Amino acid sequence: MTHRREALLALLFALAVLAAAFAVPWLRFVLTLALAKGIAALGVMLLLRAGQVSFGHAMFVAFAAYAVAFLAGQVGEALLLLPLAILLAALLGLVIGLFVARYREIFFGMLNLALSMVFYSLLEKFYSITHGTDGMRVPAVTWAGMATERVGGEWAVLVAALVLAIGFALLARLYLASPLGEALQGIKTREARLEFMGLPPRRVLLVAYVLSAAMAGTAGALIALTTRHVTPLMGYWTASGELVFIVILGGAGGVLGPFLGAIAYELVRVYAAASVADAWQLILGAVLLAVILFARGGLFSLLRGRRA
Amino acid sequence: MGITRRDAVLGTAFGGLLLPSTLRAQPAQRPQELRIGITTFLSGPASVFGVPGRQAAEMLIDEINRGGGIGGVPIRPFFVDEGPGVEHLLGEFRRLVLNERVEVMLASISSGSCLACTPLAEELRRVTLLWDCGTQRIFEERRYQYAFRTQANATPEVLAPLLYLLKRKPDFRTVAVLNQDYAWGRDSWELWRAGMQALKPDARVVAELFPRFGATDFSTEVTRLLALRPDVILSTSWGGELDTFIRQAAERRLFERSTFVLPLAESSLERVGRSLPAGHIVGSRGDHWFQHPAPADKARLDRFVNNYRQRFNSYPIYPTYHMYQALSALQAAYAKAMAANGGNWPNEQQLAAAFPGLEFDSPTARMTIREDGQGLEPQLIGTSRHTDALPFATLSDMIVFPADLVTAPVGRNSVEWLRGLSRDILDRVPAPAG
Repeated sequence: MTHRREALLALLFALAVLAAAFAVPWLRFVLTLALAKGIAALGVMLLLRAGQVSFGHAMFVAFAAYAVAFLAGQVGEALLLLPLAILLAALLGLVIGLFVARYREIFFGMLNLALSMVFYSLLEKFYSITHGTDGMRVPAVTWAGMATERVGGEWAVLVAALVLAIGFALLARLYLASPLGEALQGIKTREARLEFMGLPPRRVLLVAYVLSAAMAGTAGALIALTTRHVTPLMGYWTASGELVFIVILGGAGGVLGPFLGAIAYELVRVYAAASVADAWQLILGAVLLAVILFARGGLFSLLRGRRA
Repeated sequence: MGITRRDAVLGTAFGGLLLPSTLRAQPAQRPQELRIGITTFLSGPASVFGVPGRQAAEMLIDEINRGGGIGGVPIRPFFVDEGPGVEHLLGEFRRLVLNERVEVMLASISSGSCLACTPLAEELRRVTLLWDCGTQRIFEERRYQYAFRTQANATPEVLAPLLYLLKRKPDFRTVAVLNQDYAWGRDSWELWRAGMQALKPDARVVAELFPRFGATDFSTEVTRLLALRPDVILSTSWGGELDTFIRQAAERRLFERSTFVLPLAESSLERVGRSLPAGHIVGSRGDHWFQHPAPADKARLDRFVNNYRQRFNSYPIYPTYHMYQALSALQAAYAKAMAANGGNWPNEQQLAAAFPGLEFDSPTARMTIREDGQGLEPQLIGTSRHTDALPFATLSDMIVFPADLVTAPVGRNSVEWLRGLSRDILDRVPAPAG
């Protein structure tokens, strides 16, 4: 797909999101969550480019969400909270990345899973601080100094999510086209070649890991500002699995894939739950099976296949 | 900080200027159908409560609609699964209110869901009945205009078994606790400990066991409890975990050494059958028991129990009674609001105004909703016994605790209130019946 065509597609996509949010008010909330999860899935996709699957990235989502919940009382401004939470998630990503970037494949996936479950347990066990599974309420915040009521606040966080989604998609595109990003493919095929070229694979993976942690943190902060209630379940392994699911559904071929996947995932889930409240999991599973069987490159490959 | 008349006048004047006309009270039209949203667990471990809750809702709504509905309007329920978590629930809540135009929400079994939904309900200005969740934090931390609870909360549900224990077995010296490691397990233990320190300060806690939520093996805990020989073992666990714990404890004869206090065991009795021996203390999160010793209207209780058994082939457990209470409160509130509105259909403010002080019938009692939105529900605690009539334990020596005896007063923090209790409260406990 050409540069211009992808940009056009992204623009259409953004307009469609805004139009849907305008026409159907309750979809604002669902679409904001979808965009947030799309950003997190984009991070997971970067690691997937290096052939590494993380089953623990919900940890960064939950970490940033709790950071927002704890800090919102002191820092009541969303435009400060968001970068702060992203920075904190990136720092955590750096610390954990230094350790997990040494491992590959199943070990990489399992270590991420294990660490995320440790964090989940901390959220649950430090009951007097986090209120355990009941979760924490996120106090009301201002946007650029303006107090917002419900509808205004929903629009503010949707627009913020859309801007950040576009921003991170552009960043990811630039990054993947840069030498450091191209080197990720090298980790997937054969690492020794990278070393012969003078590129340390560990550092290549670490950069991708910190970026992906920042993206997951962005998602967490946006989700916390949208739901205004955070629970440890955000960091549970099924939430990490959901991100991988979204990448597979959307396709890892381009930066639009995770967003397509996230929106399809949320909409299928919402409409399945609306039509059959007790069998929505079945429908979601059937959709994923269909994608795996008939569109191995995800929804994104369907778009590309028809247009290329 | 009181509101003076001047404040009220100014507030009204500015409110009138600033509020867009759509937000001001509008007279409501009598709808074709009364749409209500019901959030309940349809998947996950808590579906042991959620599915009976939904079954009861379907049965009762059928009955109400056969009788002409509410004010001539039939009810149409929309069910939402709480299983996927708070994000999904908040999205569905918005969908039901904004898209399906439900007039009332019946929210949540999980306390976490309730804590997340209630502020949203307030923002959406939609009457929300908290039909089953236990956390006492809701109305103690904040005041709500649109949220009401049609049942008790954790405080009476923990204090009543504690008082029962102090009445029936006052000589115990050591206590161990085995609760699920999540909010309810921790909260209920904090409440119990606060009450016990006030009412029996010499009781010693010998073990605090919090196996992980969803645990399937309690052999380590049973071994530890067998070695420690506590006089009393408290467990507020529920569902599959309580069933498993009871079976594993029974196999290793833990029940012979210690008295168990199981405040939620009513919901497990039929499933565990004879595994639960006689002589242990059982609660039901309210006064829910098909052999209630003194129901307000025996015919009403029998009708509910028999209809439920006929349709679903099991005895109703506490969530089904809680659903009855929520729907009964809804009927009473619409009747009250319509009477206050000259027989016309109420708008959301008029409906919300009907709830404080509302009286309605549960299957077993006449209940009220306090001015802070909290429901006043009596608590029934009994001792397990076996008879030849039924293949599972039933209750004897039941005490029905009046709601005002065991509920923290309006505006009081439960833990602080429990810490300040004096032993006089024991003299006010009614005598056992049945």
